[in-house]
Amino acid sequence: MDALEIARWQFGITTVYHFMMVPLTIGLGLVVAVIQTMWHRTGKPEYLRMTKFWGKLFLINFIMGVATGIVQEFQFGMAWSEYSRFVGDVFGAPLAMEALLAFFVESTFLGLWIFGWKQLKPAVHLACLWIAVIGSVFSAYFIIVANSWMQHPVGVEMIDGRPVMTDAWAVFTNNTALVAVPHTIFGALAVAGAFLLGIAWYHLWRRRHDGIDTVGEDGKVVPGESDIPGRDRTDHAVWIRSLRIGAVVAMISFAGTAITGDLQGKLMFEQQPMKMAAAEAACHDGTGFSILSIGNVGSKNCDDIVALIEVPGILSFLAKGDFTTEVKGVNSLIDQYKADYGTHLPDNPIYGERAGKEIQYVPVMEVTYWGFRMMIGFGGLAAVAALAALWLTRKGTVPASRGLMRLAVFGILAPFGANAAGWIFTEMGRQPFVVAPNPDPSGIDQVFMFTAAAVSPGVSAGELLTSLVVLTAVYAVLLVVEVKLLVKYIRGGVVAAMPELAHVPVDENEDATPKGGGPGKPGDDVLAFAY
Amino acid sequence: MELLPTIWFIAIAVLWTGYLFLEGFDLGVGMLMKSFARNNTERRVLLNTIGPVWDGNEVWLLTAGGATFAAFPLWYASLFSALYLPLLLVLVALIFRAVAFEYRGKVDNPRWRARWDWAISLGSLVAAFGVGAALGLTTTGLPINANGDREGGPFAWFSGYAVLGGLAVVGFSLLHGLAFLALKTDGDVRHRARRWFVRLLPVLLLPMAGWAVSLQLISGEVWTVVAVAAAVVAAVMAWNFARTGAEGRAFLALGTFLLLGSASIFGAAFPVVLPSTLNPEFHLTISNASSSDYTLGLMSIVACIGLPLVLAYQAWTYWVFRRRVSHAHIPEAHNFLPAIAAKALAPKD
Repeated sequence: MDALEIARWQFGITTVYHFMMVPLTIGLGLVVAVIQTMWHRTGKPEYLRMTKFWGKLFLINFIMGVATGIVQEFQFGMAWSEYSRFVGDVFGAPLAMEALLAFFVESTFLGLWIFGWKQLKPAVHLACLWIAVIGSVFSAYFIIVANSWMQHPVGVEMIDGRPVMTDAWAVFTNNTALVAVPHTIFGALAVAGAFLLGIAWYHLWRRRHDGIDTVGEDGKVVPGESDIPGRDRTDHAVWIRSLRIGAVVAMISFAGTAITGDLQGKLMFEQQPMKMAAAEAACHDGTGFSILSIGNVGSKNCDDIVALIEVPGILSFLAKGDFTTEVKGVNSLIDQYKADYGTHLPDNPIYGERAGKEIQYVPVMEVTYWGFRMMIGFGGLAAVAALAALWLTRKGTVPASRGLMRLAVFGILAPFGANAAGWIFTEMGRQPFVVAPNPDPSGIDQVFMFTAAAVSPGVSAGELLTSLVVLTAVYAVLLVVEVKLLVKYIRGGVVAAMPELAHVPVDENEDATPKGGGPGKPGDDVLAFAY
Repeated sequence: MELLPTIWFIAIAVLWTGYLFLEGFDLGVGMLMKSFARNNTERRVLLNTIGPVWDGNEVWLLTAGGATFAAFPLWYASLFSALYLPLLLVLVALIFRAVAFEYRGKVDNPRWRARWDWAISLGSLVAAFGVGAALGLTTTGLPINANGDREGGPFAWFSGYAVLGGLAVVGFSLLHGLAFLALKTDGDVRHRARRWFVRLLPVLLLPMAGWAVSLQLISGEVWTVVAVAAAVVAAVMAWNFARTGAEGRAFLALGTFLLLGSASIFGAAFPVVLPSTLNPEFHLTISNASSSDYTLGLMSIVACIGLPLVLAYQAWTYWVFRRRVSHAHIPEAHNFLPAIAAKALAPKD
C-alpha cells in the first residue's frame, strides 16, 4: 500500500469509529433531555430514574465521541495537507465555527449538567442539558456543511487555482447539506431508539425471569417488588416506558430517514450521477431497481453483472419521481466524465506515482451496491422490529422468551450498521474525487479535486502506517473498555446510575424536588460528584 | 500591512493563550495525579476541582486548530503535516486522558483506578509537551520547502526549540495546576500546593522565559522585550503572593505572566507564522498563508459574536463551581453491585 491508500484507510477507520459514538450521543442526548423535561413537569420518580440511567450511559459514550473527534480535526492537516491547502478558504470556516459556536456550548453545558445536579436550580439544570444537546445538533450541522461542500461545491470562485469563498450563504445553505442534516439526525435518533428498546427489553425480561413481574390470566402484567434496591414497581415503569419511547422513536426516525433519504437520492442523481449508478451497479441506462444482482459487482467490466431480480420503474422513481425516465448507467456516464474531467491524471508530481495514469471514474461497486442496500436494509429491519416490539409488549411486559430478548439486544446494532453503511456508501461513492465536481452549468464545475492529489506530500508511508496501526489499536482497546462499561452499567440497572437508591429508602425526589425547590441550602457546597 | 490577516494572527495568538491559560491548569492538575496526590481521596479532590471544566477548556485547542485552518490554511497544513508523529502522540495522549477522567471512577477497583491515573498523568504530560513543542517550532522554524512540505524525513522537525517549547508548556502547566489547587481546595492539599508553588516556581517558569528570550534574540522588537521584562515582574509577584498566602492573586499574577510571555513570543514572531529553516523565501507569513479577505471577514463576524459568549458562559461555570473542594466533600466510592448479582446479598431489613 502506498501513502494515499494508507491515509484513506486511516480516515475511513477513524471516521466510521467516531461515527459510532456520535449518533448515540446526538440521539440519546435528545431522548434524555425529553425524559428529564417529563420529570420536571410531572415529578414522577420513574422519569428521574430514567434520566439518571440513560444519562449515565450517554456520558460513558459521549466521552468517546469527544476523544475521537479531535483526531478528525487534526487529521486534515496531518495526513491531507494538500487537501487542506486547496480547500482551506472555504472548508476551514465551518470547522472553526463548529468548535466556536457548537462544541464549546456542548462541552461547557454538559459539564454543568453532570456536576450541577445540586448546584443549579432544577429548571436551570434542565436548560443546561437542552443547551448542550442543541449544541450537538449544531455541531452536526456545521460538520455536514463542510462534508456537503466536498460532495457538491457551491459559493466559490477559482482564484489562482484555489476555490475562494464568495458566497457564504450558498455554502451554509447548500441543498446537499439541508437534506443531509435531517437525514443524519433521524439516523442518530434511530440509534437511540433501538438502544432504549433493546436495553429496556432486557430488563423487563430479567424482571419476569426473576419472578418479580408476573402475568395475570388476562395476559396483563402484574408488576411486583423485590427486596433488592431499585427493583420495585417504579422499576417496571422505568423499563416499559423506556421501551415504548424507544420503539416510537425508532419508527418515527425510520420514516424520517426514508423521506429525507429519498430527497437526498434525487439530489444525488443530479449532483453525482455516477455514485447513484454505482449504488445500483447499473451498467446500462434503464428504469429498473435491482433487488439482487449476481456476478462480480466489483468488476470493472459491466458485462459481468447480471441483475437477477429487477423491479422496473423503481430506479426512475428513486431518481426522478416517475416510473419511466431512463436513468443513465455507468457505461454512458464514464464517457461523460471523461469528456468533462479528463481521461488521465495530470502529469504533476502532486499525484505521486499516479501522475499521468488513467482515471478510474467508477467507484468500487461492491461497496456502493451493498453499502446502499445495507443502509436501507438495517434501517428497515430496525423499524419493523420496533413495530413488532410495540405489539408484543401491549400488555405491559415482554414475552418470557430468552431468544426474543437476545434478538432485541442484538437489534441495537442494526441502526449502527445502517449509519456506518450510509456514510461508507456516500464517501466511497464520491471517489475518485475528494471534492466532487458540481455538474451545475454555472461554471463552477471546474472546482474539483482528485483524492490522489490530496494526501500530504511530505509525510511518508511509514509515518502514515504508524498512525494507522497506533490509532486502530487504541480504538480497538477503547471499544472493548467502553462496551464492557456499558454492559456493566446496563446490567446494574437503575441503581448503578443512582447509588442513592440503595441507601436512602424511597422518596428519591426528596433531595432534588423539581417544582419550587431551590438549589441546595446556603453553605451546602457538596458537589454532586461525578468523579 | 494587511488588516484582516493581522487581526486573525492576533486572534489565533489569543486562542492559544486562552488554551494555555485554561487547559494549562487542568493539564497541570492531571500531571500532579501521581506525583502530588498521596492517596485515592486526594486524587479525587484533584479530579473534582477540574471535573466540570476540563472538557470546555480542551475545546480551546480545537478552536485554535480550527481557526488556524480557516484563517491560515497553509500554516495549518504545513505545521500539522510536518509534525505528524509528535501530533499523533498528542492525540493519543488526549484520547486516553479524556477517557480516563470519565472512566476512572466507574469501577471500584484499585488496579482499574491506578491504570487510569497513569493515563491521566502521562496523557497530560505528553499532551502539554507536544503542544508546547509544536508552538515552539512554529515560532522558531521547521525545514519546509517552497510548497510548505517538510524535507528530511519523519524526525526532521526535531530541534532544541522543540524541547524548549515542550518543557515551557509542561513547566507552566504544572505551576498553574499548583496555583489552581491552592485556590480551589482546602486543608492539606491546599497548603501543600502552595508550598510546592513557592518552591518550584523558578524552575518551572525557566523554560518559558528561555523561549521568550530566544525569540527576542531572533526577531524581538522594543515592545516585546518590554513584555518579557514585565512577565518576569509578574512571575516575581506571583511568587510573593503565594508566599504570603494570597492564592487568588498568585493565580492571577501567573496568568499575567502567561499573557505577557505569550504576547512577547507571538509579537516577536509576527508577521511570520512558520519560518522555514531551509530558506527565508519559504517562510509562511500572514500574507502568503492566509485565507481571502471574504473568509476572514466572515470569521471575524462569527468570532465577535461567539468568543464573548464563550467567555461569558465559561466564566459562569467557574462561578457556579466556585467553592473549594476538600476531603470532607468526597463521598465514599459507591461500590454498587449489579442489581441482579446483589440479589443474594441484599440486606434484609
